[in-house]
Amino acid sequence: MTQATLTAPAAPAPGRPVDARARRTARRKARLHWIAVHSLGLAAAAFFVLPFVFVFLTAVMSDNQALTRDLWPHSWQWSNFRTVWDTPGFLTWWRNTLVYAVSGTVLTVVSSLPVAYALAKFRFRGRNLIMVLVISTMMLPPQVIIIPMYLFWTKQLGMDGTLWPLIIPMAFGDAFTIFLLRQFLLTIPKEYTEAARVDGCGELRTLVTVIIPMIRPAIAAVALFQFFYCWNDYFGPQIYASSNPAAWTLSYGLESFKGAHHTNWNLTMAATVLVMAPVIVVFFFAQRAFIEGVTLTGVKG
Amino acid sequence: MSAAVHPLLRARRRKAALRNLAFLSPWIIGFSVFFAYPLLSTVYFSFMHYNGVNPPTWTGTKNWSYVFKDYPLFWPALRNTLWLVVVMVTLRVVFGLGVGLLITKIKTGAGLFRTAFYLPYLAPPVAATMAFVFLLNPGTGPVNHVLGDIGIPTPGWFTDPHWSKPALTILAVWGIGDLMVIFMAALLDVPKEQYEAAELDGAGAWARFRYVTLPNISPIVMFAVVTGVIQTMQYYTQPLVAGKVASGIIGNSGQQFEPGYPDKSTLTLPQLVYERGFQRFDYGSACVIALVLFVLAMAFTALLMRRRNGFLSAED
Repeated sequence: MTQATLTAPAAPAPGRPVDARARRTARRKARLHWIAVHSLGLAAAAFFVLPFVFVFLTAVMSDNQALTRDLWPHSWQWSNFRTVWDTPGFLTWWRNTLVYAVSGTVLTVVSSLPVAYALAKFRFRGRNLIMVLVISTMMLPPQVIIIPMYLFWTKQLGMDGTLWPLIIPMAFGDAFTIFLLRQFLLTIPKEYTEAARVDGCGELRTLVTVIIPMIRPAIAAVALFQFFYCWNDYFGPQIYASSNPAAWTLSYGLESFKGAHHTNWNLTMAATVLVMAPVIVVFFFAQRAFIEGVTLTGVKG
Repeated sequence: MSAAVHPLLRARRRKAALRNLAFLSPWIIGFSVFFAYPLLSTVYFSFMHYNGVNPPTWTGTKNWSYVFKDYPLFWPALRNTLWLVVVMVTLRVVFGLGVGLLITKIKTGAGLFRTAFYLPYLAPPVAATMAFVFLLNPGTGPVNHVLGDIGIPTPGWFTDPHWSKPALTILAVWGIGDLMVIFMAALLDVPKEQYEAAELDGAGAWARFRYVTLPNISPIVMFAVVTGVIQTMQYYTQPLVAGKVASGIIGNSGQQFEPGYPDKSTLTLPQLVYERGFQRFDYGSACVIALVLFVLAMAFTALLMRRRNGFLSAED
């Protein structure tokens, strides 16, 4: 773009040697610019990608080699993944994580949608106050209220050693999800909801039949965020599930895996790969929705 | 006033109020049960001596003076947080903006580059931290092998109190994908005419960045800085896991461990809540630290909301 604007005014008299030279310099400059930008891009890409490569290469090394300075595996020991997979508990952690992430995501989206809709489309007193409170809870570190919450779930309801204390609250709206959905709903013209209202649609039906199909990308984005949040959560399972290995999640179990195999970096890295893999696979299927969602947090805010 | 309102109108208003209440009910319940009640409860427990076994007893401000005066981990954790706010947040914003700028200039294979830059952000924190403890392992990690080969001194990274925070910073800069995407979107929104006008005025690349790009994206920079600070207040999983794995603590066997390895250099406030509450069963002091965390997080959130009115405006 820069180069185009530079050369455009010089274009009218072709053939004159001065112009030809100017154009050649401009073209050379553009090529140099291209090379500079793309080599910088490759250097940055190396920084971002190489850790994945090293982790993967170590994951398929033999025990002994993982501690040496050879970066390339002598023999590709794919069985490491099998070994990790067969480790007692690993499959349970996997299942727990999936249950936590899927149920947490569904509950969060279903319970947050009506709240976001009301905050975006209804006029009522106290609406701004509620928005302030939603944003405040969104920014709140989970540790702030963990002591009373822990006492509530374990001492009063006896749910120690389960993931219920993490799943149940998600049926009551999540601040970040509400905030994002509301931001998106604000961009939908009033005419749509009003047309539905004129047709005699109740608000709930308007939301379900008119609005939800319109904001599918936003719902996909918040669902992904919530899924990743649950998948990656370490603090929650640490607080509520640590006493019961049968309730551990992958993020929490992974660390104990390191403990049990503390010299086997190859197995630890194989486990790391197995924890990262689903996230990366999901990302490749839903890249678009995800990047749109991130953009939404910053720009439309 | 209300007496003058027509009964039909009043009925309709009541119906609307009920409808609002119904739509908002998940949040109202969630906010009261999972936020308001535990927050008040945290204030209450901060004045109590309570270990979960004996009933809580009133101790006045003893927990508060213990945390601020005698608790040996509190000030190191606060100092670490300050270090991370100054260094980690700054570097993340600078690199995020740099990579965002770079991606807007890349013409060939832009999608591939964008995916490569973005992917580390998605790596689960525990997995990413363990990977970096391995990569930066002072004796056997590939990074120090390479550094040693080209004759650069090899730091102890996660095992050296002076290098543990820089190592965490590298990990944080690695996962910069979110900022990159936000900056990328903001950069593409800058009106092209402004660049063209600046160029006609003879502005060079730096001048264009300084006088066109920066003023246009400054709200986003501000957003990135403030949310970065708030995230740093919450910084928990990475420093905890790095400390545990680097020190060779055996997993989650439930045994007590001294957080902050090496030498308190990776302590952050959320870890102290865990240490006091769930390792020492000193719920009172844990609540004091939780409240300090609350005040700090709320102060920066207020700043965010004041600077970005867009957060609240409902333009309907």
